[in-house]
Amino acid sequence: MRYLCLLYVAEDAVPAPGTPEFGAVRDANMAASAAMAGAGVLVDSAPLRPVRSATTIRIRDDETLLTDGPYAELKEQLGGYYLLECANLDDALRWAATIPAARIGSVEVRPVVKVEGRD
Amino acid sequence: MFRAHWWRAVATVTRLVGDLELAEEAVQEACATAVVQWRAGGVPENPSAWLAGTARHKALDWRRREARRVEKEEAAVREHRGSRPSPPLGPVADDQLALIFLCCHPALDAAVRVALTLRSVCGLTTAEIAAAFLIPEPTMAQRLVRAKRKIREAGIPFRVPPASALAGRLSTVLRVVYLVFTQGHRASAGDDLVRPELCEEAIRLARALAGLLPEEPEATGLLALLLLVDGRRRGRIDDAGDLVLLEDQDRGRWHQAQIAEGAALVERALRARRPGPYQIQAAIAACHSTAPSAAETDWHEIAGLYRELVRHEPTPVVEANRAVAVAQVEGPAAGLDILDAMGADRRLARWPPFHIARAELLGRLGRDAEAAAAYRAALAMEPPAAERAFIARRLQQLPVTARRPPAGGTSVSAGP
Repeated sequence: MRYLCLLYVAEDAVPAPGTPEFGAVRDANMAASAAMAGAGVLVDSAPLRPVRSATTIRIRDDETLLTDGPYAELKEQLGGYYLLECANLDDALRWAATIPAARIGSVEVRPVVKVEGRD
Repeated sequence: MFRAHWWRAVATVTRLVGDLELAEEAVQEACATAVVQWRAGGVPENPSAWLAGTARHKALDWRRREARRVEKEEAAVREHRGSRPSPPLGPVADDQLALIFLCCHPALDAAVRVALTLRSVCGLTTAEIAAAFLIPEPTMAQRLVRAKRKIREAGIPFRVPPASALAGRLSTVLRVVYLVFTQGHRASAGDDLVRPELCEEAIRLARALAGLLPEEPEATGLLALLLLVDGRRRGRIDDAGDLVLLEDQDRGRWHQAQIAEGAALVERALRARRPGPYQIQAAIAACHSTAPSAAETDWHEIAGLYRELVRHEPTPVVEANRAVAVAQVEGPAAGLDILDAMGADRRLARWPPFHIARAELLGRLGRDAEAAAAYRAALAMEPPAAERAFIARRLQQLPVTARRPPAGGTSVSAGP
């Protein structure tokens, strides 16, 4: 079963690129994903660019509406994801707890629906 | 008649069909069949296995029919091991544990764990559970359905947690059993002070857990605690339905055999030298329940045990209880110091027993006006009727001048 781990972190809590703190966060994420990959549970993972780079699209009555910014203004913003393949929720939660974002923000673990005919 | 077999039957069928909701409905149906068949042909030798076997057939039959209706779902059936040859009914004890660990899983909302345990493990009806929690039956039904759906969709596993996670998960399970008991022992709202059927369910669960997990002293500790506290139940309420303070209770009304069993169990648990909050609380309850009279209560020992309990559970409620014990050993002023030092805690300010304890100590110090204000603060929180009557009686016992509320005045300690 696949689980998508959504990383929510207040952007001002993330250290600026180039600082030693930023390097530490990056290393911690790399260590976490290396362990997941080693155990064969990691399908994919990536950080996202900051919300200032987000564009939200809505189509109503065939009219396309674009908004500069995220879907919702939240204190903690979606900042990255891990897609895991685990036997059950307990395993997924155990791995999610190793994601550094869980310590400074939150990690939401969502089961992914298996779509027939696709891998 | 079926309550005794419900847990085992639902547990076994959940393992066999891989879904709690389906298992529960099937066992319910199997019970309906049993009513007719057992009356005609007698109760089978192993009623749980009979119910589980019948329920399993029903569940698989439903699945097959459902799958025939929708082609797409046929794949789902195969995936759910529906087409395998019938597996043995299997290791029942592990199934029972797996079921209660499933219902008390930390990924479920804390309040719904209690309700789900009462439904799926104890076999109470949704109506009974709704009544115990004073919420409408459809609301409770919806909560239970949502919880079972989450179990299925999120892939919460049906298994006994591995040894590395067992201690943490067990404490969640024990907490649920404890909450079932307190819901019965002191109905948190409304006028029923005790719901004995919930107390008995909690003891039944604790006894089963202690039996299934003999190596876990906290499980035994919880059983001991519940037996010791419940053993005093008949002394807590007098014939008029009024609450009686522990020190004024007629100890002849207590259930001595149950208290003796609890006291023996707590000693056995403590011998494992792995103390925990339930064992310590049980030791405290044993001090109270085995004292020949209120005057002979070993408060020194109790104060020491509370000090130990604070280390495990540093909550305001535990600290408030420690204050009461310290007051017995060192005098009311010492106890009041501890209570007043923590009066700023807003959670505590909403807890009637905190104000009652303060009022009692203030009264003993002769500070009657402050005692009256504290009693009124407790009353303002609308405790159950018997407690309300008790507080009103204590207020009446204070001198008239102290009883009059000050101008403009509710108590400041009542909080927002």
